[in-house]
Amino acid sequence: MAALLELREVDARYGQVRALHGVTLTVGEGEIVALLGANGAGKTTTLRAVSGMVKREGSIAFSGRELRHEGPEGAARLGIAHVPEGRGTFSELTVWENLRLGAIIRRGSINADAKRVLALFPWLETRRNQQAGTLSGGEQQMLALGRAMMQRPRLLMVDEPSLGLAPLVVAEIFRILKELNERDGTTILIVEQNARNSLAAANRAYVLETGHVAYEGSSESLMQHEAIRRSYLGY
Amino acid sequence: MQSITTIRKPTTPGGWIIPGLLVGFALFLLIGSLKSPLFAQQTVAGLANGGIYASLGVALVLIYRATQVINFSQGALATFTTYIAWQLMQWGLSYWPAFVLTLGIAFAGGILVELIAIRPVERRGNILTVVIASIGVLILVEGAVGWIWGAEIRFMPPAFPAHTIHVGSVAFSVQDLGTIGVSIASVLVLWALFQFTKLGLAMRAAALRPEAARFVGVRVSWMLSLGWGLAAVLGAVAGMMAAASPSVLLQPNMMDGVLIYAFAAAVVGGLESPAGAVIGGLAIGAMLNLLGSYVSWVTPPLLLPAAFVVMLIVLLVKPSGLFGRTQVRRV
Repeated sequence: MAALLELREVDARYGQVRALHGVTLTVGEGEIVALLGANGAGKTTTLRAVSGMVKREGSIAFSGRELRHEGPEGAARLGIAHVPEGRGTFSELTVWENLRLGAIIRRGSINADAKRVLALFPWLETRRNQQAGTLSGGEQQMLALGRAMMQRPRLLMVDEPSLGLAPLVVAEIFRILKELNERDGTTILIVEQNARNSLAAANRAYVLETGHVAYEGSSESLMQHEAIRRSYLGY
Repeated sequence: MQSITTIRKPTTPGGWIIPGLLVGFALFLLIGSLKSPLFAQQTVAGLANGGIYASLGVALVLIYRATQVINFSQGALATFTTYIAWQLMQWGLSYWPAFVLTLGIAFAGGILVELIAIRPVERRGNILTVVIASIGVLILVEGAVGWIWGAEIRFMPPAFPAHTIHVGSVAFSVQDLGTIGVSIASVLVLWALFQFTKLGLAMRAAALRPEAARFVGVRVSWMLSLGWGLAAVLGAVAGMMAAASPSVLLQPNMMDGVLIYAFAAAVVGGLESPAGAVIGGLAIGAMLNLLGSYVSWVTPPLLLPAAFVVMLIVLLVKPSGLFGRTQVRRV
């Protein structure tokens, strides 16, 4: 499988504090990869390093092309959709404007993209003129996924999609991620604390501890792994 | 996990007082104007001033929304562009071509100021350093105006003929009506740009949530520059309209007073709301003019403090302004 995203010995720091210590990981074309770990392990920072939102060293290649000073705007233009922590909802704007923003850098009609999103989330249609901030947490997460779909991403990076959501809603979010992956072939990198759901959805996973990769492997093998079961799955 | 979101808070205690006062004031103006021709004339003259405050006030709001900073140089930039319009007319252009050309120059100038003076300090500093940079621009630009064009008062050709239109027994000055029309039209065009175009949506997104906007590919820093350009265009409109007013005239510090009224208008409107700044500007303009003409002890030097009193009262009753959003922390 060809690698779509490849990180080699990536360091990142916030001021004096080093958040990543030589992270090496690969996301293959068409894969779902989960990035697990405790609070402060460097999961979010890894995504922000890929987007160019933090100062980083080492090598990050997307689709065979080295990312240097593109910044998040450039990464978005290359086909990386990043749904950040807190979902990045523009709460003062309407639902429709939030979706529209997903395709803001593309010229031409966006009707086909909008149709695809509305097929997945039909309830968005009736609420298109509603302020996005008035949606529930789960609805906002779905809106964020819809906005990311409007970007027609090759790589979708989702940060903690399950945060603060009820178990049923979490299951629905993961079902949708899986569907995006199987139907559109979108490659997905999920950052999660919820190991159970993400391991069930992902092909492979990496476990971060204090800024470096502690374990990696297929989802099945990690689910069997003694230490991981105890620390992250809790049985 | 904490996140700070701004949401509209519909049930502020005393939230009905300000809208009630505004509607009452509008009725007062209407009934007064129907009863007395002089009152009607003074109201329209006041609204003309108010239109000027409104357009400069909206310029302040534009930049405040994007950077949380009051641009103290907004008035000086407006003065500079007004002198450019005057210069173009000296060189033989007639009014409206000079007007349009000046708007273009103001747009480029606003962008340039953001790129040269604001962006470098914003990148490494905080809000305070940006405020100081904007004061620096104010001093620099006002100095440049005096250096290039001298300190003496110039005569700016008026945009509109010095006619009056008679409606019944009321004589409206075409100059006043035109000023109201141009200021409101410029604000409306800007509003339409923000509301209905892709660029406007990108600019709003950049101002509301810069980081999330970058994740969808919006070039946020470029949007901020554009915001400065558009604010400078509104300032130029305000400056050119103000220079034709006998109480302002074309001089290097002509916009100092106007900037304070515009600031009051923006604060009354809630600092984040263009519509609030327009209503605030019109209300302050009309009120001050009526105070000046009907209350014998309110002399021109008292008008500026009067604007502050209005601002203070609004802030005491509703600290977030007429259309402001209340900051709410969701935990």
